[in-house]
Amino acid sequence: MGLRTMCAGMCQLCLTPIYMLDIASHRSLIAARRCSCYVPIMRVDFHTVFPLRRARVHEVYGPGSMSFAAMAAAGACLWIRESWLSDTLTPQGLLPMFDPALLLLARPKDQTDALAVAEEALKDGALPFVVLEITRPLNLREGRRLQLAAKAGGTTGLCIIPEGMGSNATDTRWRATPVFDAAEEDSTLMRWEIKRNKSGTLGAWNVRWDQKARRVHVVSPVRE
Amino acid sequence: MFDGIKKRVVCMWFPRFASDRVLRARPVDGPFAITLKSNNTERIYCLNETAERLGLTRGMSFADARAFCPDLISQPARPDLDARFLATLRRWATHYCPWVGRDGVDGLVLDVTGSTHLWGGEAEMLADIQSRAMRAGLTLRLGCAETRGAAWAYAHYGAGEEALTDLPVAALRLEDTTVTALQRLGLRSIGDLAEAARAPLARRFGPDLLLHLDQAMGSIPEPVMPESEPPSFATRISLPEPVGLTEDVMGLTARLLTPLCDKLNRHEMGARRLTLTLRRVDQGSQQVELRLAAPMRDPHRILPLFERGVEDVDAGFGIDQIRLEATQVEPLPVQQIGSAQTSPDQLNDLITRIGTRIGLDNVQRFLPADSHIPERSFAIAPAAFSTPDSAWSYLRPRPLHLFPPEPIAGYSAEPPVRFRWRRMSLTTGRAIGPERIAPEWWLPDEAWRSGVRDYWRIETREGRRLWLYHTPQNPGWFVQGEFA
Repeated sequence: MGLRTMCAGMCQLCLTPIYMLDIASHRSLIAARRCSCYVPIMRVDFHTVFPLRRARVHEVYGPGSMSFAAMAAAGACLWIRESWLSDTLTPQGLLPMFDPALLLLARPKDQTDALAVAEEALKDGALPFVVLEITRPLNLREGRRLQLAAKAGGTTGLCIIPEGMGSNATDTRWRATPVFDAAEEDSTLMRWEIKRNKSGTLGAWNVRWDQKARRVHVVSPVRE
Repeated sequence: MFDGIKKRVVCMWFPRFASDRVLRARPVDGPFAITLKSNNTERIYCLNETAERLGLTRGMSFADARAFCPDLISQPARPDLDARFLATLRRWATHYCPWVGRDGVDGLVLDVTGSTHLWGGEAEMLADIQSRAMRAGLTLRLGCAETRGAAWAYAHYGAGEEALTDLPVAALRLEDTTVTALQRLGLRSIGDLAEAARAPLARRFGPDLLLHLDQAMGSIPEPVMPESEPPSFATRISLPEPVGLTEDVMGLTARLLTPLCDKLNRHEMGARRLTLTLRRVDQGSQQVELRLAAPMRDPHRILPLFERGVEDVDAGFGIDQIRLEATQVEPLPVQQIGSAQTSPDQLNDLITRIGTRIGLDNVQRFLPADSHIPERSFAIAPAAFSTPDSAWSYLRPRPLHLFPPEPIAGYSAEPPVRFRWRRMSLTTGRAIGPERIAPEWWLPDEAWRSGVRDYWRIETREGRRLWLYHTPQNPGWFVQGEFA
C-alpha cells in the first residue's frame, strides 16, 4: 500500500498537500507518530462508505452499475428509468438482492421529468432509496437540487451515469465492473472502486453478493 | 394431585334456568313454559313448577301441552340471553372462589378447595349460595363432592346424604341409550358399575363410560376451567367532597384517562367511543359521550376533546363520582414511531404526486406472471391499480438486465469461444447451460418464430456475465441479457 493512495491528495496527519511532501521523510514521521494530530492513516474502510451515506446522492458508472444499484438499495426503492429505453430491469434478476415487490418503477418520458420525479421522491422520504438512470450530464444546479432534496427527506439517491457524465455535486462516485471468478460458478464477484469521495479517501474492493445474508462481502483487499 | 387439602368441588345446577330467567323479570302465577322449535315442532324446553305439577314435561310438544293445560303461558326460548345470564351468574359465583367454570348450558362448577373457611365452613357456604339464589328467584340444586363428576351427580340426582355408589348410573353424565342398556344389564347404581368387570364394559360401551366413572370416583382428574374475564376498559373515582368547576372535572378526567389509556395500551386496543359519566350528589347522573374518528389511546389528544362536552354539564349541587368507560374499542397495534417506517398512505401520496407529473400509468411495479418465456415471466402493472405480490419462483439465475436480442457470430451449437459484442472482443471463460426454453404455442410471438432457444450463461474472461441463446432450429447466436 503506497502512501499516495493512503492519503489521497493530502496527508491526514498534517493536511499538507501530497505534492508538497517529501514522501520518504513523511513516512518516517508517521512511523514515529510524531504528528500531534495523529490519526491512523489507513485505507478508507469499506463499511464506512458502503451502505451509501444517507441523505446524500451518489453516482455509479461502469458495466456493473445496475447490480451496484440493486445491492445498494436492497429494499424498498423507486427506480426511475426513462420510458423510451427498450431494455428492462427484470424482477427475477433482483430476487437475490431483495423482493421485487418492494420496488416501484417510474417511467418518465425524458430526463427533465425523471429529475422532477427523483427530487419529489427524495424529498418525500416515503421510500428510503431512489435510483435514477441518467442519460445526459447533470449540471451543477440539477445535481445540487437533488442533494438538497435528499437532505430534506433523509433519503439516499443513486444516479446510474454513463461514464464521464458525473456531476460535481455528487457525494461519492463509484465504478462497478464485474470480474471473472475462475474459482466459482455463478459468482457475483465484482470490483467496486470509489472514484470520488467528498468526505473521505478513495479505495477499491473486490466484493461479492451473499445471497443468504443479503449483504455485500468484501472478498480481499485489492493490491495496487 | 393436591397435597394436604382435600379437593372440594361444588356443582350448581339450575333445573329451571330458562323459565326462571324470564319469570324473574315478569312473575307469573299460573303454569308457564318456554318453547323451542326443533324438527319443525314447538316443544317445551323449560317449564315452571306449577306447570310440572299439572303433568307437563320437558320435550312434550307444545300443542299437546296446550291441550292439557289451556291457560298455559308460553314464551319462545332465547338461548343467547340464557348464555349471557349464565355468564353473569358465573361472574357472581367468583365471589365464593376464583375458580369457576360453566357446566353445560344451565350449570356452574366451582373449585372451592381452600376457600370454604372464608364462609365459616362448607355447609355455611352452600347455605349462603342457596339462599342468595332463592332471593334471586332461581331454583338451584347444589352438589358438593371431592370430584367434579361426583358433585355433578349429587346436584342432579342426589337426594340426601347417600353415598355416591348408591346413585343411579345416569348420574355419570352418560347418554340415554347407554343408561338404558346398563339398566337392562342390571347395573342400576354407580356401585354396581364400579364392581363390574371393566374390560367387557369398555368393549361394549366404549371408553367414555369408564372415563366418566373414573372421573366421578377420582382416579382420573377432571379440572375446572375458569374463564378469562374480558378486559373492561373503565375507570372511576369517588370524591370525598363534591366538585363543580369545569377545571376540576377536567383534571379528574385527566387522572382517569391516564390509567385507562395505559390499559388500552397493554391490550393493544384503541378507544372509538368514550363515555364520561358524572354522578351528582342528588343521585342524578349526566353523560358526556365522545366519538372518535379513529381508534386512539393517547391521553393528551383525547383530553381536549372532552372539554366541550364537560362545559355543557349541569353540575347541580356538585359531582361526587366520575366514571370513564371506553364503550367501544378497536384493535390498535403498537406502531413504530419515526421516519424509518413508511406508512402505506405516505407511499400512496407519493405515487399520486409522481403520477400527476408523469401519468399514473407510468408509476409501475413488477408482478409475477406464469410463463417460462423470460420476457413474459413478469408483468408490469400500474402501482396505483395493483397490489404487491411476492409469489416469485426462482429456479435458475436470471439476468438483471434484459434487452432485445443482439445477434453475434457463432457457428456451432456450443457457445463461441471468442465473440464480438457491442464492439467488444470477449472470450468465454465459463459457459453454463444449456437451458432449453420452448415458445408457447398458444401465444404467437414474432420474436419466438425461430423456434426453441438454448440459453447459456456465459462468464467472460473480461468480466461481463452475459445471457446468450442459440436457436438450433434456425441456427444463430444472440445476446439477450446481462447478469451485471
